Amino acid sequence: MIIGGILMGKRIVKAKNKSDKKQWKLFASGVLYLLPALIVISVFLFYPMLKTLYFSFFVTTAGGVTQDFVGAGHYSRLLQSGAFQTSMWATFKFVLYTVPTGIVFALFLAVIANEKLKGMAFFRVIFSSTLGVSVAAGATIWLFLFHPTLGVLNNILAVFGIDGINWLTSSDWALVSVAITTIWMNIGFNFIVLLGGLQNIPEELYESSRIDGAGYWHQLFKITLPMLSPTLFFVSVVTLINSFQTFGQIDILTGGGPSNSTNLIVYSIYREAFYNGRFGYASAQAIVLFFIILIFTVLQFKVGERKVHYQ
Amino acid sequence: MMKKIILYILLIASALAIFFPILYAFSASLMSTREIFSGALIPASPSVESYGQAFNRVPLLQFLTNSFIVSFVVMIGQLIVCSLAAYAFVFIPFKGRGIIFALFISTMLIPWEATVIPNYFTILNLGWVNTYQGLTVPFFALAFGIFLLRQHFLTIPKEIFESAQMDGCSRFRFYWNFVLPLSKSTLSALGIYGFLTTWNMYLWPLLVTSNNDVRTVQIGLKMMIAQESSTSWNMVMAAVVMILLPTLLLLFFGLKHIRKGLMAGAIKG
Repeated sequence: MIIGGILMGKRIVKAKNKSDKKQWKLFASGVLYLLPALIVISVFLFYPMLKTLYFSFFVTTAGGVTQDFVGAGHYSRLLQSGAFQTSMWATFKFVLYTVPTGIVFALFLAVIANEKLKGMAFFRVIFSSTLGVSVAAGATIWLFLFHPTLGVLNNILAVFGIDGINWLTSSDWALVSVAITTIWMNIGFNFIVLLGGLQNIPEELYESSRIDGAGYWHQLFKITLPMLSPTLFFVSVVTLINSFQTFGQIDILTGGGPSNSTNLIVYSIYREAFYNGRFGYASAQAIVLFFIILIFTVLQFKVGERKVHYQ
Repeated sequence: MMKKIILYILLIASALAIFFPILYAFSASLMSTREIFSGALIPASPSVESYGQAFNRVPLLQFLTNSFIVSFVVMIGQLIVCSLAAYAFVFIPFKGRGIIFALFISTMLIPWEATVIPNYFTILNLGWVNTYQGLTVPFFALAFGIFLLRQHFLTIPKEIFESAQMDGCSRFRFYWNFVLPLSKSTLSALGIYGFLTTWNMYLWPLLVTSNNDVRTVQIGLKMMIAQESSTSWNMVMAAVVMILLPTLLLLFFGLKHIRKGLMAGAIKG
């Protein structure tokens, strides 16, 4: 009996060893397949994120070597800095200008492009087209359209006898002009996603409401929009985050001016770091950007979960 | 009938409004300098002269080639790295994969712009400034891509995997001979997405290129504006058209794939 027990014990240990070995082998091959992704993500995302945080507590040399520890010094300076406040205020205004307008336009396009009509494929391609337009190319076209004397926009105004607007050089208009450019560039993406959302709404819902005698507007507000709310939610999260990250349009259209009115946060980070060589101070701004995006993402998901209708 | 007419009017008006900037860029690229200054909408006698200028006065061909190389390399790199990772998450049941997956997904919360400063120094220290590696390698792993492919791999029936294993098919062969061919549509969606976003990238190439050898066309365009815009808008617009052409064509022909990819993100994300 005793011997049998010992034997059995041995066998269990052996089996466990075997499964341990198997587990380990699985783990090793799993990590092997993940290795390229792990390396790239660690080196170019996790490490630099931590390093940015580290930089933000230091004054650095122009070559990016940390020199003096200043603790939260950069952050308290940010809070007092008029330039940074201007930049934050401009960023929030910009988000407010671009996100809701962009979604409303794209929603309108998606609704009219969701009908079954001849030639609709053509219109859908046109409405999606700005997805294929790069920031640099799009901003360059608008730079020309906004041109004070040669630009189409002022030429049109002139036809109606209205004085030309200094689209990019007056501090009242510059941010609006950058916003117009951005809304135009976002239309393609927003349209594609919203149209997809519309097409996922089951046809039967419309049929049964039609039998109940519901009209077009009733259907739009009672079926289409509620059923579309998860997609609307997704689009708003993505465009919100994107507009906090705006850079290329600013660099080409205004260079942050006039008088910092379009110096949005990413542009401000870029200038502080790569023009002024203040990498610590710029890193503190980058950390602020990280938290803003984090907060908005979490907030949107918390609020969204409650309000949004999921199937 | 009335509804149809109204719809067509709305559709045509919207299409004109949205496509106007692109059409106008094309139209302006065919104008003479005098027509640009007179604010014409359509060239009286269209000429492609400004295209020749654009290729002669700036190394536009070099920029376009660079952009092609960079976008293509990133696309291939992303497809390989992301599909390998997604394969591990779905077909290799190792301990801790849930945690690693969550870690990967959490990187979607990190805005790339918040990491550019240390990344710039990494590239500098590696000696990768003005190289294709510096422009491509940082973008090989894309959390969104891993997520998208994982979602697709999960739909591959487990029985295929089991019977392949029974036949002694190695892990890598199963990945290469079964999983990848079964995921063609998702792979092309991700590929098109990767190519488009890399082609259109702006901030990173601005930071890590300082000469024309590897500079991408987006940064080339910025250079051109600085040099030429006061005199030759027709030439700048010709360059814009050349930059837009590849991505617009890709978009028109790959729209179905892109929509599929974006929708997967929208529904699950």
